[in-house]
Amino acid sequence: MAFGPFLLLALMEGMVTAAVLSLAAVGLSLVFGVMRVVNVAHGEFFMLGAVIAWFVTGMIPGPPWLAFLAALAIAPLLVGALAAAADGLILKRLNYDPEATIVATIGLMYMIQQAALTFYGPDARPVLAPFEWRVQLPWFGTSGYKFFVVGAAILLLLAVWQLMTRTKAGLVMRATQVDRDTARAFGINVDRVYMGTFALGAGLAAAAAVLVVPISQAHYLMGHDPLLLSFIVVIIGGLGSLRGTVIAALIIGLSDGVISMFFSPTLAKILATLLVAMVLVFRPQGLFGART
Amino acid sequence: MTTTSLFAPSRRRVLQGMGAGLVTAALPGHVWAQSAPLKIGFQLHRTGIGAAYGRWYERTTTAAATAINAAGGIGGRPVEIVFEDDATDPKRGAEVVEKLAGPAGCDLIMGTLFSHVVMGSAPRAGELKIPYLVCSEGYHVASGALNRWTLQPGITDVRAQISTMAPWVSQNLGKKVTMVFPDYAFGHDHRDFFTQAIAAQGGEVIAHIAIPPTETSFTRYFPQIPAETEVLYHVMVGPAVLTFVKELGEFYGTGAKPALFGFVDSLEAVDTATPGLEFLEGTHFWEGHCRVKPADATEAETAYRAAVGVDDNGASVSDTKDVATYAHMFSCWETLYFIKQTVETSGYAGVADRQKLVEAMEAVTDLPAGPERPQGAMRFDGKKHQVFGSQNISKIEGGKLVRVHQTTIEEGLYDNDTDYTAMSF
Repeated sequence: MAFGPFLLLALMEGMVTAAVLSLAAVGLSLVFGVMRVVNVAHGEFFMLGAVIAWFVTGMIPGPPWLAFLAALAIAPLLVGALAAAADGLILKRLNYDPEATIVATIGLMYMIQQAALTFYGPDARPVLAPFEWRVQLPWFGTSGYKFFVVGAAILLLLAVWQLMTRTKAGLVMRATQVDRDTARAFGINVDRVYMGTFALGAGLAAAAAVLVVPISQAHYLMGHDPLLLSFIVVIIGGLGSLRGTVIAALIIGLSDGVISMFFSPTLAKILATLLVAMVLVFRPQGLFGART
Repeated sequence: MTTTSLFAPSRRRVLQGMGAGLVTAALPGHVWAQSAPLKIGFQLHRTGIGAAYGRWYERTTTAAATAINAAGGIGGRPVEIVFEDDATDPKRGAEVVEKLAGPAGCDLIMGTLFSHVVMGSAPRAGELKIPYLVCSEGYHVASGALNRWTLQPGITDVRAQISTMAPWVSQNLGKKVTMVFPDYAFGHDHRDFFTQAIAAQGGEVIAHIAIPPTETSFTRYFPQIPAETEVLYHVMVGPAVLTFVKELGEFYGTGAKPALFGFVDSLEAVDTATPGLEFLEGTHFWEGHCRVKPADATEAETAYRAAVGVDDNGASVSDTKDVATYAHMFSCWETLYFIKQTVETSGYAGVADRQKLVEAMEAVTDLPAGPERPQGAMRFDGKKHQVFGSQNISKIEGGKLVRVHQTTIEEGLYDNDTDYTAMSF
């Protein structure tokens, strides 16, 4: 294949990775930024989103787009509710102690994974895309649904941006992020903010999974890679910085697409990990993180 | 208040006990004479990347054990299968071997499919001196890399399968081949032996594309397929096989594409009529055992299909969406019958006879077709610890796999230096 089309395909694949990754990583970043909780179970919330999408699309009759839209609405809500419950039952009782919450979310990760294995099973199951549209370019074909994934991810990210910068809920969340005790002194119910943030973070991971599941199938072990890549993105972008997270997701997603096509996927992973190491050594607060 | 205890039984209790004793004594004699079951440990990929195979390997083995028990068991003893999940993980695999050989008290172990699990488990089986019968296709047994206790009596190895495919591919599809395969032992067998076999036919492999076994996205690999490729040879395993074939279809779309020749592993447990797979129409696949019942199916084939609960299209009779791993799972059925045959000829009575049992297995040669071998006749090579059978090439016509060619056992035979019988136990 000639260089031009080759690069085009690499960039297109990279954009899909970047879109999904930025949604998942923004969820992780929000949770860390506001709550200072490193959520190791984030990848399992992603997986649950995909699994719930499989159940929902199987239960709702009618055209595929209707079932898919229902899944896109229901899966993040259910996963968010589960996350809110996990916050109230586990994280709150640990007083959001950083070390304890890491161990607790590791436990949560295994519980969710094994529950999915028990109730959903060990098989990879396909979810129908909302529409079948195959784009035939002169050099290769691709699925038109992939463009939809990128568009939907951009819309969702804009919505999160609006929520954080233009609404009272966002203001309260940012206030809690800056100083939890002062926020409480001003009458903000910090417990509720935490619960809402944890649910929102998990919901974003679930939404990312619903978008990607028609491309990649639902499987109980699928949460591992998104978790790892989200951590990489969040560290590079700067923990708690939404803008940094999105930019880092673009860097990682596109470089992953291009490097894995021109060289090898393993090299792409090696370079991403090397970048994390470099950022941690030379700019520990991340590319866009605030100095503390 | 009345109390009864073991030490001061009431009269009623004593009478009840005596009555029970009388009833027991009056039971037919064979209940008393029934011997302990022959326990066969099954290393099962119930979870992990081999789960689709695991589900069907369990069903096939259970069906074979039921059939054997209904016909009087093995050497007069009933068979009991002890299934143990290894999560398709090599490290866990070795632990499963230990558990089955030790606490579970199994006479022998069978059933492992994924080659990396075989490689991780076989050395432990050798150390524990327990017969370990794999259903894996890998060349690792016949290559001589394993040990005296590891045998593959139920399915032809990849090297033999491939050497029968290469002539057909070069004569019917093309000579410039690009290979896509999983990047571990099983895929490497494909890479090494097909490259060799097609070269012997005057063909050439122009590109090798190795894909990590845990990969979930494949489009990024397809641009590496050179434009002058005449035949794309693909073999893929794991939960992402459907994604693999779908993305291949999207990539080629309605444009020009090379002839496709796949190992049906790329489609095992996947319905060939799935939307998005229309591009596979007219392409060819290797099949160990034909998923769609051939018109000339034998009686044994029909009986086997009914016993394992698979319909004429290769799906479960209770759920047409649950497609079988039909091309591979016969190996469990045939391995269990191989065990039956050799336990009976060796007079195996208990774990002390394990060495005698392996020697009896090594002495087996011809394995005729019949209810024990619904896939067809096989030939066992005791030196290589490997069985050889015939292979099928099927073409997708109208969304279904239809057999177009069948090879003979002789075409797959090869020479190497392996002689396990010269190894010590």
